[in-house]
Amino acid sequence: MEYSNYIALIPLLPLAGFVLLGLFGKKTFAKSAGIVGTLFLFISTILAFYTAYQYFFVNGKVNGVYQPVTALQYTWLQFSLGMSIDMGALLDPASVMMLVVVTFVSLMVHVFSLGYMKGEERFATYYAFLGLFTFSMLGLVLSTNIFQIYIFWELVGVSSFLLIGFYYDRPAAVAAAKKAFIVTRFADLGFLIGILILAFYSGTLDFGTMIQRITGTNSPVLAQMTGYGVVGIPVLSWALTLVFIGGAGKSAMFPLHIWLPDAMEGPTPVSALIHAATMVVAGVYLVARLYPIYLIDVSVLKLITWVGAISAFLAAIIACTQTDIKRVLAYSTISQIGYMLFALGVPAYGEAVNTGYTASLFHLFTHAFFKSLLFLGAGAVIHFIHTNEMGNMGGLRKFMPITHATFLIACLAIAGIPPLAGFFSKEEILITAWQSNKLIYYIALITSGITAFYMFRLYFSIFYNKTSTHSDHHGEGNLNMKLPLLVLAAAAIVVGFIPFTHFVAANGKGEEITISASFSIAPIAMALAGISLAFVLYFNENDQPQKLATAIGGLYRAIRQKFYFDELYLFITKKIIFNGIAKPAAWFDKNIVDGFMNKLGWATTGISERIKALQSGSIQSYTLYFFGGIIALAAVFIYLWT
Amino acid sequence: MIDFLLLMKQELIITVIIFTLLLLKIGTEMSNTAILNLANGLLLFNLAAGFMGNQAGMLFDGMFFTNPLIVLQKNILSLGTLIVSLQSSSWLKKHEHVPEFYILLLSNLLGMFFMISTGNLLMFYVGLELSSIPLAAMANFDLGKRKSSEAAMKFIVSSAFASGLLLFGISLVYGATGTLTFSELASHITGGPLPVFAFVLLLAGFAFKISVVPFHLWTADVYEGAPVAVTSWLSVISKGSVLFVFVSVLYTVFKPMAGTWYNMLFVLSMLTILIGNLFAIRQNNIKRFLAFSSIAQIGFILVGITGSSQLATASVVYFVLIYVFSNLAAFGVVALVSSVTGREQVSDYKGFYKTNPVLSWVLTIALFSLAGVPPTAGFFGKFFLLMSGAGKGNYVLITVAALNMIISFYYYLRIVKAIFMDANEHPIEHLAIPAYPKLAMFICVAGIIITGLTGYIYDYIHSLSFGL
Repeated sequence: MEYSNYIALIPLLPLAGFVLLGLFGKKTFAKSAGIVGTLFLFISTILAFYTAYQYFFVNGKVNGVYQPVTALQYTWLQFSLGMSIDMGALLDPASVMMLVVVTFVSLMVHVFSLGYMKGEERFATYYAFLGLFTFSMLGLVLSTNIFQIYIFWELVGVSSFLLIGFYYDRPAAVAAAKKAFIVTRFADLGFLIGILILAFYSGTLDFGTMIQRITGTNSPVLAQMTGYGVVGIPVLSWALTLVFIGGAGKSAMFPLHIWLPDAMEGPTPVSALIHAATMVVAGVYLVARLYPIYLIDVSVLKLITWVGAISAFLAAIIACTQTDIKRVLAYSTISQIGYMLFALGVPAYGEAVNTGYTASLFHLFTHAFFKSLLFLGAGAVIHFIHTNEMGNMGGLRKFMPITHATFLIACLAIAGIPPLAGFFSKEEILITAWQSNKLIYYIALITSGITAFYMFRLYFSIFYNKTSTHSDHHGEGNLNMKLPLLVLAAAAIVVGFIPFTHFVAANGKGEEITISASFSIAPIAMALAGISLAFVLYFNENDQPQKLATAIGGLYRAIRQKFYFDELYLFITKKIIFNGIAKPAAWFDKNIVDGFMNKLGWATTGISERIKALQSGSIQSYTLYFFGGIIALAAVFIYLWT
Repeated sequence: MIDFLLLMKQELIITVIIFTLLLLKIGTEMSNTAILNLANGLLLFNLAAGFMGNQAGMLFDGMFFTNPLIVLQKNILSLGTLIVSLQSSSWLKKHEHVPEFYILLLSNLLGMFFMISTGNLLMFYVGLELSSIPLAAMANFDLGKRKSSEAAMKFIVSSAFASGLLLFGISLVYGATGTLTFSELASHITGGPLPVFAFVLLLAGFAFKISVVPFHLWTADVYEGAPVAVTSWLSVISKGSVLFVFVSVLYTVFKPMAGTWYNMLFVLSMLTILIGNLFAIRQNNIKRFLAFSSIAQIGFILVGITGSSQLATASVVYFVLIYVFSNLAAFGVVALVSSVTGREQVSDYKGFYKTNPVLSWVLTIALFSLAGVPPTAGFFGKFFLLMSGAGKGNYVLITVAALNMIISFYYYLRIVKAIFMDANEHPIEHLAIPAYPKLAMFICVAGIIITGLTGYIYDYIHSLSFGL
């Protein structure tokens, strides 16, 4: 089958679901909305997998190189000479891979929500919004040009706003929805200006043509864009930085990350979809889309590297201090996206150009599975225990065996323990960093240790630590909730073995990334250290060592020694890391970064109070201002600014 | 004679309608409903007739000229008039002086038509006055309300003041160049102090009508006091017509001073966007809020005008068209709610979705379009305006404009939030939508969606447009 015959159906089916459920959901589909929405998406998913099969294994490769295919192109507007605004579908390895991820994760979330959201008053509305979001995200992924991606980018923002604010009777949810929308809008402003600059100089909006015009040998466009500068920085760097700011906003990078932890007020399956696997990685996808242009401008890539690395590191530290399990996962997401971004940027320091691209998208791919699994697992736990607070959990493994097992798999995957998915992609990122910039490598390495620590702190706190006081009154949830967990867990185990490097690469040919066994020792050791530390501190409530000491008797001294170690670790983590670094980081986050945004709001209202006096109601003063305006304009433009 | 009939057909139709209504008023005792039906029918006929034939040409030695772009602009205004008329039907039904209202409204429209078609500054002045003086009477049309009279009084006094200075400007132009005809003026205008001063006076006249800061101060009081129908007319149709003339006067008559007026518009547009937004952000009365946000919208249009290319003209006309749909949709809902329940506060709209889902969606789509959220038409309108402004490479202006787009997102969103997310013990009760307002809302929403999603409309406007 030709792509053009069915490719449009992939995004349009969820849209049809949205329209159908949005219009008739309340009455006709009050009970069956979930099934209807899921069915629409199921067909989309099958089509997406079929597309992937066709593209990767049947006809995508021409002369050994994966060619971009424009499957659909509809000219919406002939703008001016040679520039048109189009809507279409572009297939290349990155977009096809995203197609699979988005439909698959969305399907899992749809199925999970059948159980999780059951009995919700606005059940149909929920599925309508999910459909709208999936449509927008698929449209974004398939975009053929920068304008289309912007439109869907905004649509994704709108639907995410609706979903975060789904529990609109909770003030916190409404505030969070608004915050997410406004903060990302701020970033999108950069994106929009970046688009205007790129379009203005290159004379096109189309990705392929734009890349060709800017990166071509002896390109006049490039000469123009690097020759002319604003504030000493070439226009090209401005444009790319501004576009990246748009991406950083959506991907919640420091300091634009503040909306993501709050966005956890939304229903948990929504977090699994939007804030783990799809929308938040849009920033990475955007940079990857324009990657050939970014490669020209090393300075912007370096900026991306550092933003990514700092986000990865700080978010990991902050994750250690959070007690709300969803917030831990939110910070963890920020941290992992930081990985993806610095993987894209770090080749600026060295030679490993293509490995960065491949490694980043590989991590995006694997992360989507295990992170959405973590969120859904957290959802199952919250569903069971009705709280987000870690302190109220513990010992749940007996009541929720499936959730427990799948959560463990996901934790091992994100910690980078072989042979789970996260190990492979993280290794590729680390080796790219190693070959390009050692400092970034060490930051990444330490971060991966912290990652293992906080993930297992979470894991032990939920499933071990205390004996549970909860009674098993309604079980683990029905099959709808267990099935996605099992499927995603299977994915988190196997997707690492996909020879990803052969499929997705910047040059289309495929990369050979060889990692020697010795290179893997350090990361795995770091991860094990992190896990062990978490084990010691959180596996049990901390009187365990003393009991052991009295029981074993003869080995008392040695164990006691070990206990000193524990104390030392405790001291280091609790006193130094927690109080010395993490708490200030969290404080900075809360007061300075958030505070700045609040101040901005106050300042605006403040000024608006001040200028109230202008509007006095007295017509004499109005004419006075009127006349004053004329005199001022005349004076300025006759004498000063001629 | 044939020329006269063909080229002035739109003006002639309006004139005939005015006299028909006048004779009916004097000679018969028609019920309000009958007059409304007749008037709406005639307006629809006027709109349809506007689309027939598309001649370009000149009459009266260049005093009056027309071309396809001007015909289109007049059609946009006719469309807006029809929508306003449909929306105000429930208010007018209870009023004693319906024919008078239409006579005033149409005189106004006639003045705008002459103003748009003018080829001479004096003719322009006459058209402008014809489109201002009846407005004062319209602002006073809530006859029993003091606020309405106050609005009319403030409007007529400020308007007289602005006209005086405008006339002074015109006489200075005549003094400096010896002519008032557009085609001759362009070759006589220089950048000397006298023409610049004359231009500033003319600019103030325009700025007054489209409420550019600092010539906007009358706006708030008049908008608040006047009946909703008149407020929506003032903020959409009246502004639209002056914008059309403004663009053509800038691009033809004052072409030699392009550098100077570019800088003036640069300053004025930034001021307008900023002050307009800052005022809008703290309004709790939804009518006042819409009025102030319309000031900021004008600032965006000025940004587009600074582009002075074919794209600039096209984007301004396109935006005005979208603005007609979006703002009138919003005003339509507000007018309905206000006329039935008398509630006008933003907080009254809390929980509106629970009781009035259809009206809520109309208002939401309109607000999204005004804020410029894709894929509504408003987004494309703003995007083209910014694109046109960016053509000059003035990034300060574009950045300020885009930043303010975000601020405006915030306050438009505030209302959407109130509608959908805030709980309310006493929400506005369920309202039945009468047929005429329903039709108007349908036209507006369809307009918001279709104008944005089909490229054809923009293409058509672009093909008619011209640059500096």
